[in-house]
Amino acid sequence: MSNILEIENLSKQYRLGTVGTGTLGHDLNRWWHRVRGKDDPYLKIGETNDRSIKGNSEYVWALKDINLTINEGEVLGIIGKNGAGKSTLLKILSKVTGPTTGTVKAYGRIASLLEVGTGFHPELSGRENIYLNGAILGMRKHEITRKFDEIVDFAGVERYIDTPVKRYSSGMYVRLAFAVAAHLEPEILVVDEVLAVGDADFQKKAIGKMKDVSKGEGRTVLFVSHNMGSINSLCKNSVWLENGRVKEIGESSLIINNYLKNYGEAKSTSVNWNNENRPQDSFAALNSIRLIDSDMNLKELFSVDDNFGIEICYELKKETKGGANFLLSTQDGTKVFQSLENSSEIFTPGIYKSICWFPKNLLNDDNYMITAAITTHNPTQIHCSYNLFFDVVDSKSSILRGNYMGKMHGVIRPALKWETKRI
Amino acid sequence: MDKKIYQVITPKRHLLSLNLKELFYYKDLLWLFVRRDFVSVYKQTILGPIWFFIQPVLSSLVFFVVFNKFGKIPTDGIPPFLFYMAGLTAWNYFSTCLTTTSGVFVGNAGIFGKVYFPRLITPISIVISNLIKFGIQFALFIIIYLYYFFIGYNVSINYAVLLLPIMIFIIAGLGLGFGLVFSALTTKYRDLTFLLTFGVQLFMYATPVIYPLSEVPVKFQNVIKLNPMTSVIETFKTAFFGTTPVDWLSLAYSFGFMSILVFIGIIIFNRTEQNFMDTV
Repeated sequence: MSNILEIENLSKQYRLGTVGTGTLGHDLNRWWHRVRGKDDPYLKIGETNDRSIKGNSEYVWALKDINLTINEGEVLGIIGKNGAGKSTLLKILSKVTGPTTGTVKAYGRIASLLEVGTGFHPELSGRENIYLNGAILGMRKHEITRKFDEIVDFAGVERYIDTPVKRYSSGMYVRLAFAVAAHLEPEILVVDEVLAVGDADFQKKAIGKMKDVSKGEGRTVLFVSHNMGSINSLCKNSVWLENGRVKEIGESSLIINNYLKNYGEAKSTSVNWNNENRPQDSFAALNSIRLIDSDMNLKELFSVDDNFGIEICYELKKETKGGANFLLSTQDGTKVFQSLENSSEIFTPGIYKSICWFPKNLLNDDNYMITAAITTHNPTQIHCSYNLFFDVVDSKSSILRGNYMGKMHGVIRPALKWETKRI
Repeated sequence: MDKKIYQVITPKRHLLSLNLKELFYYKDLLWLFVRRDFVSVYKQTILGPIWFFIQPVLSSLVFFVVFNKFGKIPTDGIPPFLFYMAGLTAWNYFSTCLTTTSGVFVGNAGIFGKVYFPRLITPISIVISNLIKFGIQFALFIIIYLYYFFIGYNVSINYAVLLLPIMIFIIAGLGLGFGLVFSALTTKYRDLTFLLTFGVQLFMYATPVIYPLSEVPVKFQNVIKLNPMTSVIETFKTAFFGTTPVDWLSLAYSFGFMSILVFIGIIIFNRTEQNFMDTV
C-alpha cells in the first residue's frame, strides 16, 4: 500500500477576539516585518488551544505540528473533544482555509463533505440543485448526468424533483443533499459528521453507503465523528486529537477505549444544584445526580462492557416510605426499564445518597436518557425529577460478539449463556 | 494509480498562482452559477425579468426631471431621455459588477467555508450574469432608440458601434478589477463596504454619464479623462449619437488601465482567498 496523503508539521494559528482597530495595528506591524524580509512576529507566540483556561495571548494554535501519513484505501477516524482541532484539520485538507505552517501532499483528488447541501438554493428545483451542488463539490456536468437517476433514487424524492427545494420537508432536503455528496468519486474523501442527518432508516442507508465507498470502492476516507460506534465500525485506524496535537494514533478500538477512559470531565452526565434552584417540592428535593464508573469517578461515555452506576443525592423533608428511582429510555423514546429503591424501610427526614449499579453487558451501544426522580407510592406521586443523557458505545473487544464485527441490534445487549455441543 | 503529486497545500502560495487548468475544470460550475443568479432573482415575482426594464427607465426619468428640467444641464442636442438611458445602461453594468464582486467573500462565506472550488469562479460568474442583465437593458435602449429614430430625431448610428464588444469588455474588466480589489479589503475591514456604496455614486458624477464631456470646462477635461470609465461612456454615446469623434488615445488608456487593474485584482484576490475564512 502506498501513501496517498502526507501531512507534515501542519499548524494553524487563530487570532482570538474581534476584528477592530487593534487588528489593523497588528496587520501593519506584520506587513512592516514582511517588507523588511523578516518573519511574521506573531508566529512566535500563541498558546495551546484549551478553551476552558483563560489564556494570556490573543493567538492560539488550533493545530500544532501535526504529522500524519495516510495509506491508499485507508479509512481513518478522527476523534477528540470539541475544539481539539478536528474540524480545522478537515478544513485545511479541503482547502477551505490555509495552514499557518507545514505542508500537505496529496496524491489524488480530495473532496470534502463538511456539510451537506452546500450551495443549495431554496428557489431552484431539486433537479437544478443536484447539478449545482454536484458542481460545487467538484463533479463535472456529464458525471452528474450519468449518476442523476441513481442520486434521485438514493434520496427517494423522485416525485418532487421539479419542485423548488424550499417546499421540501427538512428530511427530504438533507436526503437529497446527502445523496449528491454520496455519489462523489474522489480518491480521498474528507467527511465531517454528516451522517447525523435524516431518520433512522436513512442513516442506515448513509452508513451503508460510507462502507461501500471505503471497503468496496477502495477509496481513502478521513472521517470525523463524535459517534464512537460509527467510528469503530467504519474505521480500522483512528487518530485522537487533543488541544491541536496528535495524542494517539492506532487501531480504532484501542484508541476509542483510551479516549473514553480519559473522557471524564464532561458536565452533561452530572448535575449539582444549590439550595435555591434545585428541583423540589414541599416533600423532597434533588441535590445532585451523577453517572459514575466503578471507581466512583464521573463519566460521560460508557463502553458496553463497563460497570457503571447512577448516584442520586436527595433530601427528604418528611418521613416517608418512598425514595429515589429512575426510568431508563433510549433517546428516541423507547422505555427500557424502571428501577426503584426497593427497601421497605421508613426514611426519616434528612439527606440521602442512593447508588444503583448497572452490571456490565446490559445495555447496547445507543444514546440513553435516564430520568431520576423522588417518588412516594400509594398513591404514586413524583416530587421532583431530572433527565440526564449518556451514550453507551461499542467495544470490539466485547466477548459477547464472537467473530461478528457488525452492528448488534436491540436496546439491550445482555450476557446470555450459550451452550453448544456437537451431536 | 501513478505516484504523482496531485496537489500540495502550503501556507504561502506564489503571488501569481493562478491555476487556469483548475479554473477550466470548474467551467460547468461557472455556468450553473450564472444560471442560478439569473433564474433565482425573479422567482416568485409576477413581472419577472420585466423588472430589468423598469429600473433603468425610472432612473432615466428621474435624471430627466432633475438634471434636465430643473438643472438645465444640456445633452449635446440629443433627446435627454435617450442620452440618460445610454449613459445609465453602460454605467449600471459597471456599477453592479463592481458592487456585487466586492461583496463576494462576505456574501458567499457560507459556501466558501464548507467547500473548495477556485474562488475566482464566483466573480467571473457575477460578471457574466450581469452581462445578461446588461443585454436585456441594452435591448430596451435599442427599442427606445429606434422609436426616437423613427419619429425623426437627430440620432445617427455610426462606425463606432463596431467597438461595442471592446467597450463592454473594458466595462466588465473595470467592474471586475475594482471589485476584486475591494473584495479583498472588505473581507477584514467592513468599513469599506460603506465607503464603496457611497463611492460608486460619487464616481458616477465624476464620469460623463449625465453630462457630455464637452460641457466640462476644458481645463478639467483632462482630469475627467483620467477616469478610465470616461472614454468608454463617451465612445458608447458616440456610437449611437455620433456627436464627437472616437478618442482612440483615451480608449487605449482605459484598456491599459483595465488590464493592469484586473491583473492586480487577481493577485490580491488570490492572496485573500486562502485565509479569508479566518477573518471574514
